[in-house]
Amino acid sequence: MTILGIVIGITAIMLVMSLGKGAENLILTQVQSIGSKTIAIAPGRQPKGPTDFISTFTDSLKEKDVELLEKKANVPHLSKIMPIVFGSQIAYFGNETYRPTIFGVTDLFAKIYDIYPSEGRLFTEEEIKGYADVVIIGSKVKDELFGNDEALGQKIKIKGRSFKIIGIFPQKGQLSFLNFDEIALIPYTTAQQYIFGIKYFHRFIIEADSEENVPQTVDDIKITLRNSHNITDPEKDDFFVETQAEAMETVSTITNVLTLFLMAVASISLIVGGIGIMNIMLVSVTERTREIGLRKAIGATDKDILFQFLAESIILTGMGGIIGIILGASFSFITSVILSKFFALNWEFVFPLTGMFLGLGVAGAVGLIFGLYPARRASLKSPIEALRYE
Amino acid sequence: MPLIEVRDLEKIYEEGGVKTPALRGVSFDIKQGEFVAIMGPSGSGKSTLLHILGFLDKHTGGKHCFDDKNSDNYSGDEIAKLRNKKIGFVFQMFNLLSRATVLENVKLPLLYSDIDESQWEKVATAAVEQVGLLHRIHHDVSQLSGGEKQRVAIARALVNNPSVIFADEPTGNLDSKSGGQIMELIEALNDKGHTIILVTHETYTAEYAERVIYLKDGEIESDKKIIERHRVGKDGFFK
Repeated sequence: MTILGIVIGITAIMLVMSLGKGAENLILTQVQSIGSKTIAIAPGRQPKGPTDFISTFTDSLKEKDVELLEKKANVPHLSKIMPIVFGSQIAYFGNETYRPTIFGVTDLFAKIYDIYPSEGRLFTEEEIKGYADVVIIGSKVKDELFGNDEALGQKIKIKGRSFKIIGIFPQKGQLSFLNFDEIALIPYTTAQQYIFGIKYFHRFIIEADSEENVPQTVDDIKITLRNSHNITDPEKDDFFVETQAEAMETVSTITNVLTLFLMAVASISLIVGGIGIMNIMLVSVTERTREIGLRKAIGATDKDILFQFLAESIILTGMGGIIGIILGASFSFITSVILSKFFALNWEFVFPLTGMFLGLGVAGAVGLIFGLYPARRASLKSPIEALRYE
Repeated sequence: MPLIEVRDLEKIYEEGGVKTPALRGVSFDIKQGEFVAIMGPSGSGKSTLLHILGFLDKHTGGKHCFDDKNSDNYSGDEIAKLRNKKIGFVFQMFNLLSRATVLENVKLPLLYSDIDESQWEKVATAAVEQVGLLHRIHHDVSQLSGGEKQRVAIARALVNNPSVIFADEPTGNLDSKSGGQIMELIEALNDKGHTIILVTHETYTAEYAERVIYLKDGEIESDKKIIERHRVGKDGFFK
């Protein structure tokens, strides 16, 4: 009972660190799967803070920019470019309705996110150039609108236009910020013209011809877009360019901050546990006053008594720490199994080695700090008074 | 050169501003190898005197020398070393670790000594043998009788081969038969050269001593040598 606080604290630390690391790994592999040759361009300035959000929604990315970026003279290492427009719209089939996230894209979408239709096909070049009314739907969209019926080749209505279903994606689930089962892909040309009625794009996704050429390509893109937008001062860029490497850094920063925060919460329980240990040690010192007196009478120095009680306190907390580590590791293992089995996430169990050492270190330190006071009290007792204690 | 020398020794307990004198100027010498009994009615200061002589308590006035060195000049660690090596204590309440075995209890002072750990078992077993408890060496002390417990305490007191053994009413909690056995054991230790200082209020235990210091109200009333000691050898004759 006495070491419960320590057990809970260490368990929490282990759990948080393991899950934090697991989440980071999961997101990182997902981000990595998008491809390290990928460069994203968004309109507006890079947001400088939470209040700067508005500036991301601008209309600075135009068809003209796509043409300029595609020119080998401007961006020599660009292999493919995909303009994106997106938004939410209701899709109808008969009496069924569903609100998927509509993406106006090219066939590059499949390659970048590594998702290919399990039935049907992707867009052709002609369909994109020709404003074709074709759609590829996610698995949930299919289920909601068609149930178990055949969907391929059927026509669904979005904003009054009929779209022929040419492909259906397999179930993929959530990947970073997007649920792939709830999307509907149409050519970006069609989306811009007929669905959203806008003349600009929400994103450009560019693939460089190799990983080494990514930094060069980023520079080329910036120069090309500045020329196109008549910008001389880089501070006034109305777009921002982000590579996957940067995105990965951002992700790991976020998870680290999150982990730290949760650990701060866990450490509160450690402090509570430490005070519990201190109480127990104080009781133990009182209970064993006679023993202390006797030990002194037969030759124990103050230091001997101090070390004895400190050691007991550290062993007590150390035991709590070890139990906590075992519990924490098993809980995180169970959680990782649940997450991967029931939520179809590609979650890997990470044994938090740093968490283990941190846990043991913290447990030892708690024992040391909270054991010091009772141990000192024990060591300062006069032998005869201690022996007389009833 | 006396082993212990006290001059005008005073001890005043002070609690909440009230001063209670326990010793009011006590002077005597004790030589190496003596067997001294300190007697007196309760409240006479005999236990206080024993605790001061055994470095368990501090005097408030006068002089106390041990081994020709003033007790004021011993540091805390030196006192701990002294208690460990030169002094053995036997208490009325035994003061054993009840959850430990006989051997573990006897080993306890070795823990704080500079004797090598490999020797502990041997040294402690020899001490247990000396008090005649070899057959119970691995028993928990809680299973022992009062007389046996006191033997364990004596074995613990002599494990470091001290020059003095202080005994504070060692028979006080025992029936007269086991009390007698304990006193014979203490007497045998004296015969081997250990100085014995014994506090008692029972005349029959004091009769084992060769000198009796009688205290009353914190002062020495008498300090007598006993010529004819109540010592009967195994052969039935007076020694």
